[in-house]
Amino acid sequence: MSVQATKADVDRVAAAIRRRVLLHTIENNGGYLCQACSSAETLATLYLRVMHLGPSVGPLIPREFDGVPGPGWPAGSGAAYNGERGPDNDRFLLSCTHYSLGLYAALIEVGRLDEHALDHYDRDGSTVEQIGAEHSPGIEVTTGSLAQALSIGLGIALARQERGDRGRVWVYMSDGELQEGQTWEALSLAAHHGLDHLGVYLDANGSQCDGPIYAVHEVEPIAERVRSFGWKVHEVDGHDSDALVAPALEPSHGKPLFVIARTCSWRGIPSLESRANKHYVRFRPGEAELALRDLRLSAEDARS
Amino acid sequence: MSAIEQVSRPYAASFVEFARNRREVLCLSADLTNSVEIDDFKKVCPDRFISCGLSEQAMMGVAGGLAREGLLPYVHTFAVFVTRRPYDQVAMSIAYPNLRVHLMGFLPGLTTPGGVTHQAIDDIALMRVLPNMTVVDCGDATDVESVLDATEDVDGPVYCRILRGRVPRLFREPLELGRARVLESGDDVCLFTSSVCTGEAMPAVAALRAKGLSIGHVHVSTLKPFTDPAVLEAVGAARRGVISLENHLVTGGLGSSLAELMAEQAIGHRLVRMGLYDTYAHGGSLPYLLEYYGLSARHVVDAVERLTGERFGIELERAAESEGAPSTEKAEAL
Ligand SMILES: Cc1ncc(C[n+]2csc(CCOP(=O)(O)OP(=O)(O)O)c2C)c(N)n1
Ligand SMILES: [Mg+2]
Repeated sequence: MSVQATKADVDRVAAAIRRRVLLHTIENNGGYLCQACSSAETLATLYLRVMHLGPSVGPLIPREFDGVPGPGWPAGSGAAYNGERGPDNDRFLLSCTHYSLGLYAALIEVGRLDEHALDHYDRDGSTVEQIGAEHSPGIEVTTGSLAQALSIGLGIALARQERGDRGRVWVYMSDGELQEGQTWEALSLAAHHGLDHLGVYLDANGSQCDGPIYAVHEVEPIAERVRSFGWKVHEVDGHDSDALVAPALEPSHGKPLFVIARTCSWRGIPSLESRANKHYVRFRPGEAELALRDLRLSAEDARS
Repeated sequence: MSAIEQVSRPYAASFVEFARNRREVLCLSADLTNSVEIDDFKKVCPDRFISCGLSEQAMMGVAGGLAREGLLPYVHTFAVFVTRRPYDQVAMSIAYPNLRVHLMGFLPGLTTPGGVTHQAIDDIALMRVLPNMTVVDCGDATDVESVLDATEDVDGPVYCRILRGRVPRLFREPLELGRARVLESGDDVCLFTSSVCTGEAMPAVAALRAKGLSIGHVHVSTLKPFTDPAVLEAVGAARRGVISLENHLVTGGLGSSLAELMAEQAIGHRLVRMGLYDTYAHGGSLPYLLEYYGLSARHVVDAVERLTGERFGIELERAAESEGAPSTEKAEAL
């Protein structure tokens, strides 16, 4: 965390994330673009203004895949991008791992990853996986099977509570994950243990694979539900960095913190609004040009 | 090789045709409707489409409850999310009471680009050990198109591995439950394959036969029950040994089934099991993963050479580049 970072810094990084992910989605003929649009300010705020992290100790140019965890192969090498562990340092767990593309872009924009790192995305033999695993940059736990990270974060937070660490544990989740039973087990258990150094930022973008959440499996009212499970809940504009930062600065009185970031899947790229499928964007002819125009980019930018 | 037909989304149309006039059939979805090719059914029969969202554990209980009421639930999601997250629910709410629930698992084994969390490499093992469960693994478009009819009357739960997207048609005859497809007969070696490995291995078998090796090739779709006399016969005929090749761990699937059969029938032939060897995998394209984990046509030739001690001097294309090989097109929306 750099104390000086401001809303303006976050807005700059968020715009760069959108731009980078859009160009990548065009070049790659598909991508999780709407997730980058909804999460850009939150991820930028977490990295620039909320999380207390040391400098990255991961290689700027992502490593090639060199094996899955096992005897002699330590798990979790992707966490190196979030800095050394330490009693005062925070931890970051990306739960909705299909957001990896947005996270990689964020890591690039905050200087933790080489600017060409997305060239490795979804390439055979690369660690920069489409659905990140814990060897992927910035990813500490393997949670592409959704809704498992909060429980793992709870375990990490319990261990840290025991040790007396001052650092916090942040879990970034999507709203679809509220449909999994495990989420509610973990919410209940974290409150039971009074884990006030555990915090969730939830990307409430109202979308999932099959369409709008309300049409697939309604999860509202999120704030009331989570509050009734014993958490301190804040509901904020997920594109306003100052609003996103504020809850993390408040004392939490023995309760874990849950920040509902109300977001929009086409934020910054309004031409995405009319898409039926916002979960995964693959442009049809002509659509990419509209999206580029939304970001004041040209076809030249897409090619370079 | 004659040109092989590529069928686009074979499950989508088959399920609509199968379910449309069977009023008791219900379609359950866990927020992957397009990805598991039930979007057409949802349009045609919205009243028999049950949206569960990302709630696989509850969905299995719901299927059990519906089946207890005399309805026929067909549960759809990725193979990994049928078998891992809700395993206890499948066992206790569906398999134990022997309910007629069909569990349709898509993107089996290494066919997903989604990496370790999306790769069902243990699903056959998990389902096969459940009492009452029938297990079927589709290997081509015809298997996919006929599996619904073939398993309709099973008196209990059925787990089916389904291929999606562009799927090659390797076979003309519909799938018959409990019957393997004897593609080639031979008395030197016999290769048993399942899932996408069958199409991948075909060029290797053809090349080896052209070099004069008497190699049999059997495609296995029914993993449980594993009682086809044709399988036993092919195993018994292969004097120099048996090879299994599967889109799965070598434990608990096709290779294990053959090992159990051979031991129980006292068939003392060698068995070489090809598949993932006690490892999780990682994300990548199917041809890359087949190469990386040693499951390509080239590796079949190597295995045969090691088994027979002969060299055949065969050059093969890279994995999954022959016409019958599984689709390499990129999947959308994991
Ligand atoms: C346990 C599990 N079930 C299903 C999936 C498949 N899946 C991947 S993303 C996704 C939608 C999740 O909702 P959300 O993250 O809110 O979607 P988005 O906002 O990104 O559209 C689903 C069902 C999964 N990864 N894990
Ligand atoms: Mg969402």
